[in-house]
Amino acid sequence: MLLTCPYCGPRDVSEFTYQGDGNRQRPAPNSQDLQAWNEYVYDRQNPAGDHNEIWQHSGGCRSHIRVIRNTVSHVTSSTVPVRGAVHHRSTERRKPGAKA
Amino acid sequence: MVERLSPLESVYRVGSHGRFEDGVGVILSETRPGSITQVAAWPGEEARAIAAIRKVSGLALPDGAGGGVVDGDKAAFGFAPGKFTVVDEAEGLAVALTKAITPAIGTMTDLSHGRTAIRIEGPEAEWVLAKFFAVDFALPAFPVGAARSTTHHDVFAQIQRTGGDRFDIYVFRSFARSFWKALGHAAEEVGYEVA
Ligand SMILES: [Zn+2]
Repeated sequence: MLLTCPYCGPRDVSEFTYQGDGNRQRPAPNSQDLQAWNEYVYDRQNPAGDHNEIWQHSGGCRSHIRVIRNTVSHVTSSTVPVRGAVHHRSTERRKPGAKA
Repeated sequence: MVERLSPLESVYRVGSHGRFEDGVGVILSETRPGSITQVAAWPGEEARAIAAIRKVSGLALPDGAGGGVVDGDKAAFGFAPGKFTVVDEAEGLAVALTKAITPAIGTMTDLSHGRTAIRIEGPEAEWVLAKFFAVDFALPAFPVGAARSTTHHDVFAQIQRTGGDRFDIYVFRSFARSFWKALGHAAEEVGYEVA
């Protein structure tokens, strides 16, 4: 699999490190909202289709990039730098136990 | 200044090696520049950092990712967003850059003792490097002056094309000896000379 780093261009996936689901939003450090923490730590949409992910070009320019990768076809429709990128996140709050 | 010892000293064997009977495919050498520095601009300060590098070194960095320039004893290139490597054959570049890269523009790190510069030159340079790195080394994709940040296994390498068939590779000093030996093994089949 190739990922296109916005700075370096197309590179082998072995140069990249997966940094997790890009939909997560960390609650404020002093938040007491247990459901928000539970969502941040555990809840994943695990879609069969486009997935919003954070990767780091750890074996290259070391930039963090936001990747839209299709989990079925592996087609990456977008790779943009995290810095300055619009923060995509799912708007609906996921119910515990809900299906993707 | 403190005298710098090469990490390659114990394995640096000047002369011809490998299958050189049919001609020497590449020449390997350590360039030992006096100054290897890294400039990092704060976001939005890239243009001022490039201007400061130009003021100090006379090198005009082109716009664009991985762009670079080579001029005699000096070279500079971008290796990450807002980050540049600036190299000079002479010592003292770090002192001059520290003054020019003000705290409002960014930071300057002196890596002169932290990196080892290895040069590979010759008709088979692209061929040998392609065994190490998953990067397109063909001239149209990797023009003279341009640079690429990549890795060979976990050894970081910044590679600048400093000529049609010449590349300068900057690796961590602590990995330099093992990388040098690997480069020698890879060059055996084309015949190589250590200059
Ligand atoms: Zn990159």
